[in-house]
Amino acid sequence: MSLPADAATALEAFQAVGSWEQRARMLMQWGERLPALLDEDKIDANLVQGCESLVWLVGRLQNGHWQFAASSDARLIRGLVALLLARVNGLSAAELQAVDLPDWFNQLGLSRQLSPSRSNGLNAVLQRMRDLSSNT
Amino acid sequence: MLVPSPWRADFPAIATLQRQDQTYLDNAATTQKPQALLDAISHYYANGAANVHRAQHLPGAHATQAFEDSRSKVSQWLNVGDDGQIIFTHGATSALNLLAYGLEHLFNPGDEIVISALEHHANLLPWQQLAKRRELELVVLPLGDDGLIDLQAAAQLIGPRTRLLAVSQLSNVLGAWQPLPQLLALARAHDALTVVDGAQGIVHGRHDVQALGCDFYVFSSHKLYGPDGVGVLYGRTEALHHLRHWQFGGEMVQQADYHSASFRPAPLGFEAGTPPIASVIGLGATLDYLSSLDQQAVIAHEAALHDYLLRGLQARNGVRVLGSPQVALASFVVDGIHNADLAHLLTEQGIAVRAGHHCAMPLLKQMGLSGAIRVSLALYNDSDDLERFFEALDQALDLLR
Repeated sequence: MSLPADAATALEAFQAVGSWEQRARMLMQWGERLPALLDEDKIDANLVQGCESLVWLVGRLQNGHWQFAASSDARLIRGLVALLLARVNGLSAAELQAVDLPDWFNQLGLSRQLSPSRSNGLNAVLQRMRDLSSNT
Repeated sequence: MLVPSPWRADFPAIATLQRQDQTYLDNAATTQKPQALLDAISHYYANGAANVHRAQHLPGAHATQAFEDSRSKVSQWLNVGDDGQIIFTHGATSALNLLAYGLEHLFNPGDEIVISALEHHANLLPWQQLAKRRELELVVLPLGDDGLIDLQAAAQLIGPRTRLLAVSQLSNVLGAWQPLPQLLALARAHDALTVVDGAQGIVHGRHDVQALGCDFYVFSSHKLYGPDGVGVLYGRTEALHHLRHWQFGGEMVQQADYHSASFRPAPLGFEAGTPPIASVIGLGATLDYLSSLDQQAVIAHEAALHDYLLRGLQARNGVRVLGSPQVALASFVVDGIHNADLAHLLTEQGIAVRAGHHCAMPLLKQMGLSGAIRVSLALYNDSDDLERFFEALDQALDLLR
């Protein structure tokens, strides 16, 4: 299964990162590129529980392909979510089931963001994505 | 160095953490352990573990002796005297739950339990849930701008329907000593029971429960440089008579039949099952170590370090310290910056501080904050630790601005 174009770009960029500052800057840049979430989607029902910041996640199957949208009031988690969406948007339901998301963040050099002690909420976002995709 | 710690080398983990480029400033969550504690636990396990209060054999006698010695040491640490008991629990949380269940029978619908707005969830939720079970009023004492419980409001709110007052000695978010003598006097004037959550207070200075005059005092070992898995509940003898048995099982029983049983009084009657024996022995060794230190020097060191922390925070643009912390810790937010972003970048730089709501969600909500960063100090910290933190903070703020 080939990587979506955005994901390939992200992978190349993050694998070239040398310092933590550079990684943080890039995360924030990715976060800024995340399309704004519609106000009507910024409702409590779409809030991901278990994050230190407010994170909204919505997902819709369109013509058999997943389109997720998200936002957060914190910049680094927004960047992490942008990297997540780059990997999953446009996948079919079967492809989404098959994708190894922890491995995706590992490849990006961001596996520590998924450690169980991290309360930034990336784990909660992944769980919410699994719930959304399995209920449809 | 401006503020060196003469006790740093007594805590082997600090050097290890430093080799991993980690600066540990999350001491209000838990502390590193002195070598004396590691030695005591290692000695216990290497020389023959045994259960306590049960067996007639020699290993059992040794373990029981060491376990009960720890009880005496805790007793001395709090100056319990002859008029009270020390009960070992599995943590401060389980001590507070023991009280909320063991005292439940005293409450009738409409009675009031008084807590304060700054309570840690451990001293909020057991009472909140008790209030729900028994249809009680949970009265929440408000705070002044200085982060202290408002005594004028307390004088109005603590009244004839107050059956119990449960308050923290030192806030884990605001770092301010609470006016316990006045609050306890208000409660006593209405014959209410008094519970002091000493989880943070116990770590700073020595406290005398007789002088304090509370009915119950609770703390956890692991915040006081001791092992985790042990909590301490002090109870005044008269107050302990109100406490009903809560958890049932081995060794807390006097006589058992299939359909009825009678139970031991405090302390053993409240220590059902095998207690955390090694940890209790370890706590005793930690108290021996702490007793060997020059207490005035420790207090002076902590005050100098705290001053250093506050000055550094106040010198930085946009940093807002919560309340008026007096000791041990400072929580802060930075204007225009999400605490989760700051926490992320401090973590990247090996600074171990706490971010979020600090198990005091209602307090943070009341302050209109989604979270804050907390820097909390221990006796082994020095001004170099704080310099590393400030450097990382400046770097993080540069990136985020």
